[in-house]
Amino acid sequence: MAPPKDLRRSFKRRPISDQQRRRELSLLRQAHNRNDAQQRARNLASSVISFQPASPESEPELELPSEPEPEPGFESVPSSSLDVRQASRLRGPEVRKWFARQLMLPEWMIDVPDGLSEDWPTGKRCFVVSSNGTTVSRLRNGSILHHFPSALPGGARTKGASGPAQSYCILDCIFHESDQTYYVIDMICWRGYSLYDCTAEFRFFWLNSKLSETGACGPPSFYHKFRFNTVPVYNCDQSGLFSAYTGSVPYVKDGLLFYNKHAHYHTGTTPLVLVWKDEKCSQYVIDTDSKGEVPNQQHVVLELQDDGKLVTSDDPPVVFGCLDADFVKQSELSSGSLLRFSIGNGGLSCVDGRLENADLQYLGKTNRARAFADSYSKIMFQYIARHSPLKIDDLAASVISHDTEENKAPEVEMTG
Amino acid sequence: MALEVTQLLLNAQSIDGTVRKHAEESLKQFQEQNLAGFLLSLAGELANDEKPIESRKLAGLVLKNALDAKEQHRKYELAQRWLSLDTTTKSQIKTFLLKTLSSSVPDARSTASQVIAKVAGIELPLKQWPELIVSLLSNIHQLPANVKQATLETLGYLCEEVSPDVVDQDHVNKILTAVVQGMNASEGNNDVRLAATRALYMALGFAQANFNNDMERDYIMRVVCEATLSPEVKIRQAAFECLVSIASTYYEKLAPYMQDIFNITAKAVREDEESVALQAIEFWSSICDEEIDILEEYGGDFTGDSDVPCFYFTKQALPALVPLLLETLLKQEEDQDLDEGAWNIAMAGGTCLGLVARTVGDDIVPLVMPFIEENISKPDWRQREAATYAFGSILEGPSADKLMTIVNAALTFMLSALTTDPNNHVKDTTAWTLGRIFEFLHGSVIDTPIITQANCQQIITVLLQSMKDAPNVAEKACGALYFLAQGYEDVGPNSPLTPFFQEIVQSLLAATHREDATESRLRTAAYEALNEVVRCSTDETSTMVLQLVPIIMMELHKTLEGEKLSSDEREKQNELQGLLCGCLQVIIQKLGSSEPTKYAFMQYADQMMGLFLRVFGYRNATAHEEAMLAIGALAYAAGPDFAKYMPELYKYLELGLQNFEEYQVCAVTIGVVGDVCRALEDKILPYCDGIMTQLLKDLSSNQLHRSVKPPIFSCFGDIALAIGENFEKYLMYAMPMLQSAAELSAHTSGADDEMTEYTNSLRNGILEAYSGIFQGFKNSPKTQLLIPYAPHILQFLDSIYMEKDMDELVMKTAIGVLGDLADTLGSHVGALIQQSVSSKEFLNECLSSEDHMIKEAAEWAKHAIGRAISV
Repeated sequence: MAPPKDLRRSFKRRPISDQQRRRELSLLRQAHNRNDAQQRARNLASSVISFQPASPESEPELELPSEPEPEPGFESVPSSSLDVRQASRLRGPEVRKWFARQLMLPEWMIDVPDGLSEDWPTGKRCFVVSSNGTTVSRLRNGSILHHFPSALPGGARTKGASGPAQSYCILDCIFHESDQTYYVIDMICWRGYSLYDCTAEFRFFWLNSKLSETGACGPPSFYHKFRFNTVPVYNCDQSGLFSAYTGSVPYVKDGLLFYNKHAHYHTGTTPLVLVWKDEKCSQYVIDTDSKGEVPNQQHVVLELQDDGKLVTSDDPPVVFGCLDADFVKQSELSSGSLLRFSIGNGGLSCVDGRLENADLQYLGKTNRARAFADSYSKIMFQYIARHSPLKIDDLAASVISHDTEENKAPEVEMTG
Repeated sequence: MALEVTQLLLNAQSIDGTVRKHAEESLKQFQEQNLAGFLLSLAGELANDEKPIESRKLAGLVLKNALDAKEQHRKYELAQRWLSLDTTTKSQIKTFLLKTLSSSVPDARSTASQVIAKVAGIELPLKQWPELIVSLLSNIHQLPANVKQATLETLGYLCEEVSPDVVDQDHVNKILTAVVQGMNASEGNNDVRLAATRALYMALGFAQANFNNDMERDYIMRVVCEATLSPEVKIRQAAFECLVSIASTYYEKLAPYMQDIFNITAKAVREDEESVALQAIEFWSSICDEEIDILEEYGGDFTGDSDVPCFYFTKQALPALVPLLLETLLKQEEDQDLDEGAWNIAMAGGTCLGLVARTVGDDIVPLVMPFIEENISKPDWRQREAATYAFGSILEGPSADKLMTIVNAALTFMLSALTTDPNNHVKDTTAWTLGRIFEFLHGSVIDTPIITQANCQQIITVLLQSMKDAPNVAEKACGALYFLAQGYEDVGPNSPLTPFFQEIVQSLLAATHREDATESRLRTAAYEALNEVVRCSTDETSTMVLQLVPIIMMELHKTLEGEKLSSDEREKQNELQGLLCGCLQVIIQKLGSSEPTKYAFMQYADQMMGLFLRVFGYRNATAHEEAMLAIGALAYAAGPDFAKYMPELYKYLELGLQNFEEYQVCAVTIGVVGDVCRALEDKILPYCDGIMTQLLKDLSSNQLHRSVKPPIFSCFGDIALAIGENFEKYLMYAMPMLQSAAELSAHTSGADDEMTEYTNSLRNGILEAYSGIFQGFKNSPKTQLLIPYAPHILQFLDSIYMEKDMDELVMKTAIGVLGDLADTLGSHVGALIQQSVSSKEFLNECLSSEDHMIKEAAEWAKHAIGRAISV
């Protein structure tokens, strides 16, 4: 009797069955879900341990206004304290909310602080996250823009060679439609190393040196159809400001971005980064409507609160007005709804830097994709742009005068 | 005392059912009433040359079955029963068995050999029957060839039964000497030589020391090589089997013999009978297996850090080996593609060629290309098929750069062959080759795409058309489509398959409806391809995926309307139910992963659940498992809304958890209980008594496959996390179980890799349970209930840390548990934590880990501990 032997399987038969694959994929999903549940439990309210990479020592972030209409059957979990890898496993509205909160949003420049300046391409502001062999870009409202392989670390599936699982990246980008390029305006995480806590100056240095190493800036190929590019950064002295203002770039410029050199990456709206634009460096100085036309009256988006107050997305929010309870009920509005208003002829009136009165006219609810109300500074910039704009000359003049000054934390002040 | 059992044994083989049944019952009764007497009677029957061979053979067989069983628990039980017999009976039985080795009846000798080995398997590890080997070795020097032959056979079986470490080296040396002498060409008796050769095959694992000795190794190798040239075909085959085993067991010792072995194997492949030629090819396949493993261990950098160095035997033999293998490809059998189990020289040669390609990479391409070019258009189908097979075989291994031009040039040819070649085999192999092209040279990792806008339409048209070809060809076309879709897995929002999506799905569904769809596993392949197409689809086609839901549901519904079916029809019906549930499961996972599609498809949830529950009624393990997995995915998508299905589902969860025999069903059910816990959270509470009872029973069962136990512990964690402090009432049952499992799994010393892996999965399950329990109790007034368990848990963490053999997953879970303990119990355990090794060395090691997950869990633990000890 010959000894029993494992016969080699015929080469033409597939070694792995789809059933086995389904089993493994299910186990994988369950392990992920268990991990999620565990992480959520660890970060539930009572643990005052802040687990947020952005500011490890700070108090937990205040919850952002929830989605206009909470989806039925959805548990609302405070996901503010998850890191990006955990967040990448969140589902549905949670994940959109999480990402929406992670971008550093510039305040609008209504006064002149010191800082760095940078060109500001027109396009879709988004987060680009590469991990586990794929790259995903998410818009400001958290929804997915593209899902694609990239040359970023962890950004594409490489057969056989399994790279370290933690090799993920998060970039703050603007997607420029006409040349299908992601312009990287900031780097938050590189190969799993968090740059949240690094200064802007260091982040730009790191960004420029690391991005080129990966080849992600190379011309597009069939699989890597989107390329990455950096945007020029200038020191905010007279020549830097002039180069940024007049310099030619391959993309359509949409204003200048001013960074405080020493600022860490900060989620949400921050006064440490300011955006400024005029007709020369942006097509969109004054907001356009969905048809691309400048409306006769300025439009603003505000959030409705429980008590009928209409507030901005700032923390703490700024109150612009109030709706009466009957109107809220009649229009079937609920707390947290984002509403669009136009500013009537009454305009905005301010006393001692505080908003006294706003002539708001209700237009309707906003598009569901919208995640936030407008920020106070944006509304004010738009208002000023229509009435008495801040000019490049004002900026240039201030650069000279500020050159020698100590670096003070810029504050946004009302000039209206 | 022994009884006459001859007549009973003969009657037990009677063609008359009544007689047979009666005899079987009497034997059983005898066995139950007097085991010692029964076994002794059987041994006596086997040893008695006066008795008919039929009753002697059956006596030996029954005896063997009373000593050993496949199933582990049964095997252990039988061994214990044998050991408990009185010494006199055992020694009488042994005497009978050894006496039988000298019988003139070959079947009696052979049966006795096997029984002796079984007894040895029980007794030698316990240092009993020490005289066995001595007495067998003394037989070798006896004159009659039949005794010699039977003794060698016994030694072979003995080596198969016992592990080398229970036989001392002196005896090993003597056994090997006897065996190798028996194989020698000078042994005139072919039966003896064959028995010796087969015995060596089984004794090779004992020869470690002897292979380290140059002289002894040279001798063994010379004798084996000579035996491959024996005039007796069975001896040649057995000798090649020895060479195959040596190739994997003693790879690093082979260098001096490779030239000779190549010559021997080449001659056998070209000239010998198929049974011998197959083993000669297998030798090279085994060498490739070894070298692939070694080179994989080297990784990208060929520094040679591996335990075993690569000798590049394949690379050196390449110029002669490749032509040898190519020749075999032309020796196809008619209709080999229609027979699932077919295995012949052409198939073995192709398989080996594929392994050679994986071993040497680019170097194989120039050696195979001329053969392909010469044969691919020949009028003889064998030549066209062999050329295509050769091409398909070398697509894995060589670099994409090396293959790209060739593949691009060949693609058009292949597509046309698949449509127009008159021969079924050629089409089968062509479709398979296309599948290999898409598997290895298509996807986001390849820089220059094989499939372009220009040819995509044509490729898909040809594949879909082939799905109407003969079932075996259609099955391969489905396989090709599977890999085609997989290559677009991460293509982004715009998949090139989108324009063809509808057509692909329709063709695949049409294939599943073919009357001959059950032949050549066509239906399975079609559903597998459909699943992959769905998995890799993008948002653009989500509406079409959604439209599939009612279609597949209707198919499943149809299988539930069956009238009286034959057992064959029923089997096919169950298989189809499994496939359909699997397909729905894939669709649920796909649509459930994005919000808009999830809400659209949840409208079908009620009906879907209804169908799955009905599938359970058929009690078919595979279909049951698939339906259960689909339900898990549905629970995940549905969230708390899933509660409404629980009253009906609960019974099946319970049934699943009780299914020890089909342990996959049990394992899958445990996973789904976890899904349901996360979906329902505290709404699972009313069902927890039943579930926990069943899980605790499962844990205590010896019958349940051990792989299911770690997930049960994890499931404790899932339940605790879902129901929080309500877990209180289960603590008194769960905690002692966890504690004793923790003690068992704390140490692995001396375990093999497989055992260490299992221990780690067990540790991970235990730790996940602790984690879930701590987090579940957090902020409850009942946290103090957990304080008594803290010392043991910390001790467990310390001991697995000190054992230094945990894998990364355990490390991550373990350090997380340390944090959970601190987070939930806070200052109550501050001092305890500070005393533990885990809170110092272990935590620091995790904090500086390169693994992001470990580091993250450690950061969390550090914060939690900081808080616990600062309060």
